[in-house]
Amino acid sequence: MSVHDQKPALRLEGIVKTFPGVRALDGVSFSVLPGEVHALMGENGAGKSTLMKVLGGLHQPNEGKIFMGDEPVVMGSPMDAKAKGVVFIHQELSLAEELSVAENIYLGELPRKSFGRVDWDRLYADSGAILKRLNCGFGPRTLVGDLSIANMQMVEIARALTVDAKAVIFDEPTASLTDAEKVVLFEVIADLRAQGVGIIYISHRMEEIFRISDRITVLRDGAYRGTLNTAETDEDEVTRLMIGRSLDMSRNAEHVETGDVALEVRGLSCGKLFQDVSFEVREGEVVGFYGLVGAGRTEIAETLFGLRTPSAGKILLKGKEVSIHSPMDAIAHGISLVPEDRKTQGLVLGMNCRDNITLPQVGDLTAGPFVSDGAEIAIFDQYRDRLDIKTPNWRQQVGNLSGGNQQKIVIGKWLSMHPEVLIVDEPTRGIDIGSKSEIHNLIRELAKSGYAVIVISSEMPEVMRVSDRVIAMYNGKLMRSFTADEVTEDNLVQAISGLSENGKVA
Amino acid sequence: MADDRMKQVGAFLARQGILVAFLLFMIGFALANHRFIAIDNVLGVIRSSAILGVMALGVTFVVISGNLDLSVGSMMSFSTIVVLDLHDKLGPALAIPAMFAMTLALGALIGFLVGYLRLNSLIVTLGMLSAIHGLTLTYSGGKNMDIADKAGTWFGGIGRGSVLGIPGPILIFGLLALVLSVTLAKTPFGRKVYAVGGNGTAAIFSGIPRARVVFMTYIISSFCVATAGLLQASRSLGSQNTVGQGLELDVLAAVILGGASLLGGSGTVFKTVIGVLILGFIQNGLLLVGLEFYVQYVVTWVIIILAVWLDVAAKRGRILSPIA
Repeated sequence: MSVHDQKPALRLEGIVKTFPGVRALDGVSFSVLPGEVHALMGENGAGKSTLMKVLGGLHQPNEGKIFMGDEPVVMGSPMDAKAKGVVFIHQELSLAEELSVAENIYLGELPRKSFGRVDWDRLYADSGAILKRLNCGFGPRTLVGDLSIANMQMVEIARALTVDAKAVIFDEPTASLTDAEKVVLFEVIADLRAQGVGIIYISHRMEEIFRISDRITVLRDGAYRGTLNTAETDEDEVTRLMIGRSLDMSRNAEHVETGDVALEVRGLSCGKLFQDVSFEVREGEVVGFYGLVGAGRTEIAETLFGLRTPSAGKILLKGKEVSIHSPMDAIAHGISLVPEDRKTQGLVLGMNCRDNITLPQVGDLTAGPFVSDGAEIAIFDQYRDRLDIKTPNWRQQVGNLSGGNQQKIVIGKWLSMHPEVLIVDEPTRGIDIGSKSEIHNLIRELAKSGYAVIVISSEMPEVMRVSDRVIAMYNGKLMRSFTADEVTEDNLVQAISGLSENGKVA
Repeated sequence: MADDRMKQVGAFLARQGILVAFLLFMIGFALANHRFIAIDNVLGVIRSSAILGVMALGVTFVVISGNLDLSVGSMMSFSTIVVLDLHDKLGPALAIPAMFAMTLALGALIGFLVGYLRLNSLIVTLGMLSAIHGLTLTYSGGKNMDIADKAGTWFGGIGRGSVLGIPGPILIFGLLALVLSVTLAKTPFGRKVYAVGGNGTAAIFSGIPRARVVFMTYIISSFCVATAGLLQASRSLGSQNTVGQGLELDVLAAVILGGASLLGGSGTVFKTVIGVLILGFIQNGLLLVGLEFYVQYVVTWVIIILAVWLDVAAKRGRILSPIA
């Protein structure tokens, strides 16, 4: 690549940032060339966000310098950084949904005419030009609230292009995008790159990084671990730099002796969400549910957990038919659900770790009329040790923990209920790669110790890694069921796209 | 490092901001007028705050569960008028439980609408504020209510008497505060109130019956209102049918001053008691300093906003540190 002899668009040198008691960044250097996609990787807490906050003017470094071209610069504030051509596309969208696309793009800096009147003609013309540059399929007058998430992200990007951007930082941009929408985003990134803009791309997702980046810089524990040319490296090397060891993402090859049927579902339907679903899960078995978003996997889990009322079908636990009308019923029957979205469904973020873990059973942990402190702390200690939850103490607010530790709190919460059937929906969404493998191993261990486990996941390697059997879903129906030996990427992809192989439909 | 010490002071302020503000007010007023911290004045302030305080205890539960209760003022008028009216018709021993039953029924109605039907609590309780006012006026025929034989009833003993030198209202306020504080902090129900207010969806996903918990917070609130109505009626033995008008805002101010978040999930009974006392002492202090009565409204609210600002600013760490 010819970019290597160019001068960096942006260069950070020897950045040190300390907070009381923590050296968050320890002499980190990083540069991005014009027309380069430079991925920044590291586990949660490795220092990526602190580095970006220094770059964006939210933090001032204790040591080190920032250069734009040859000029040393000081980023005084986010506005200052943007004025100098450093623009952030944040993971969380910050748009005014009731305003038009054009107003959002120029929010706070609308072009003016005399007496402070907005120059609407210029506003629509300028924003229209930017949208055209991004190949957007919508116009400047569209209401932002009417756009899809992916198109809202385009508006965020358009906003970045109102200044002469030298470097654009994408922070986990694909977190809420579908595969088709990702393709569009990558095209936009490719266009920006062709226009000579330097791109910093932050993501946990290896396949994306390898698809679009030119170089990869890895941080670990606030320190610079190295920069690799994407073309000359592989996932394993990057992972080793990130977590200091290799990661086992091999397929599940264990053959666990399974026990009795713990859960059986016969002809279960819930309106249009899913129809005529039948399967069984044995003790000591992990059944993976794989499919596209909207295939009905989460809805089945929610029905089993009493959050939805089935329109037809039966649920049997240990051979006996049960009726489940609420999460309370489900819990009483020994079903636990680790939900898909841990922040909105799994945790009370403002509560401490202990109280979150004991929440479903707090009514039973009593001494007289009061909650027994001792019993609660005993449960917390047990699952902190068993799941290796990293927190200073039980009083820590769950919202302050890393994603991986938060997920372990949710898992601990449900393990402590000693369920017969454990359903885990998207076990590793949004958590870093090290914690990911810990959680995979944990799920395998749970099966070995006799739990019947259902894992719902949108990540194929994950499903193949943890499952004894994989059930593929498409459009509310079970398509096929594979054993761990039968399953391959090809037949799985076929099954979830609605294609049946040799007419075999499970 | 000096920086670390600043952080520690900041963290302390963040946790105890409102208590610090309270102490500052007390010191300020005490310097301005020595009578302010005399025992009889302090007891007087607490006694006159007790009715507001009792109502604030119940509203604390409602606010922590993530809802509002703007109906408490007009509900208190209702309780007061009803118990005074029934006193002469049924006698005090029956009037009190009858009034409690009627007030709890109103609380149950609100609890049903907000908890089970999931209607917005602001709208429901604002509507109830006005509906209950109408109910009270209809009930009383628009007239003030008086006990006929004021000398010949033990009823006044509740609000006017004292035990071991502690006035009745303070005793009841203190007792109720203790019971509700323990309920909120130590029982499974209390924990569920925090969970429902902190994240209602996660509470449901944890098998907590959110509707029932919300319902119960309004039952507790209406029980406190009935108690406040009892104290009010017993103290005055006669009342206008607008006696509680406007109190809902003072109650809310006390709860928020205490540091409960309007978004739900945080606050304690103890902090609400502090909020009630701040409110009472501000008004008393201003009186002793000799401020004109009408000016007090303005100054009271300026001080409340200052106190809340101090609290919020300390939590954000913005006063002492530039980093959020």
